[in-house]
Amino acid sequence: MVQLKLPKNSRITHGKTWPKPEGAKNVRKVQVYRWNPDDGKNPRVDTYFVDMDSCGPMVLDALIKIKNEIDPTLTFRRSCREGICGSCAMNIDGRNTLACTYGLDEIQGDIKIYPLPHMPVVKDLIPDLTHFYAQHASIRPWLETETNTPAKEWRQSIEDRKKLDGLYECIMCASCSTACPSYWWNGDRYLGPAALLHAYRWIVDSRDEATGERLDDLEDEFKLYRCHTIMNCAKTCPKGLNPAKAIASIKHMMVERAV
Amino acid sequence: MADVNRGNRPLSPHLSIYRWHIPMLTSILTRITGNALIVTAIMVVWWFAAAAAGPENFAVADGFIRSWFGDLVLFFSVLGLWYHTLAGIRHLIWDEGKMLELDKAELLGQIILIVSVLLTIFTVVVL
Repeated sequence: MVQLKLPKNSRITHGKTWPKPEGAKNVRKVQVYRWNPDDGKNPRVDTYFVDMDSCGPMVLDALIKIKNEIDPTLTFRRSCREGICGSCAMNIDGRNTLACTYGLDEIQGDIKIYPLPHMPVVKDLIPDLTHFYAQHASIRPWLETETNTPAKEWRQSIEDRKKLDGLYECIMCASCSTACPSYWWNGDRYLGPAALLHAYRWIVDSRDEATGERLDDLEDEFKLYRCHTIMNCAKTCPKGLNPAKAIASIKHMMVERAV
Repeated sequence: MADVNRGNRPLSPHLSIYRWHIPMLTSILTRITGNALIVTAIMVVWWFAAAAAGPENFAVADGFIRSWFGDLVLFFSVLGLWYHTLAGIRHLIWDEGKMLELDKAELLGQIILIVSVLLTIFTVVVL
């Protein structure tokens, strides 16, 4: 259901303003969403000042610098720092992206950082992705075959392999799904752009032999058809993929097999 | 499904923090114009029904529709109708699997915004 207002326990309050670093000349203001599960208070937005002359180029560098030098309680996920693990996905400057590949110089004015939108927050910038992962598992993201396993490998022509380009690169960071207003309002039943892009990745795979069942599973008012081509997914994807197009391709296949 | 709200977890902010852009704006405008046009349709039906009901009834409905307020509503209805029609055509193009690349989708969005305004001016001035 469309719920424009945040629930009572989720409304954001004014947070703490941390002191400016001494002697720094090139300082930027960084505002970060904070929520501590242990203090029983509402979420707040804390303000930090980061010395850019001694900070790396990416948003993640600024977050790590804050954690190291100003406030060790700041909590966020990160791992690979090169845009392949998907851990540090968050809402930066009003769009979902990876903190490790988003440059501080791409942001004008203050740097505002929130967790991925419309998700239950575990702590600070960490959303609970349990449901998101369960939806991914529900589309059976693996090769399904009936014929006997070949002696060597499942062969695929160069043309058929090309159909997977723009799909297999997804790193499951959840930026797209949590950018989608349809997923905000109907995320309990709508699978969302990430899971549907993965569904299409297996539907078009020439080696997969469960295409019909996969389409049957998606033939659902909510699972697939809550996509209204808003395009937030494609607009925000840090890997430059286009889930909206993949979803449209699934819808097209649904029509084609029906007529 | 797994319980995703253990320990009274807050919901992270969404609409209030998300940056607006053309595709998102044109999408929600399609829905807003679609719903607003229901009101226009009811108004027009009322006008016809009043005409069928007799001259006094018609005078009331006609007076309202021809008032400055009625004019204003009808003006925005023309805009809404053009916009909604163009957005509908865009959806037909998308359903064909075309123009779904981000740059093309954004261009389409800009086109329907501008063309709906131009067609509205044309409609109001010429008719």
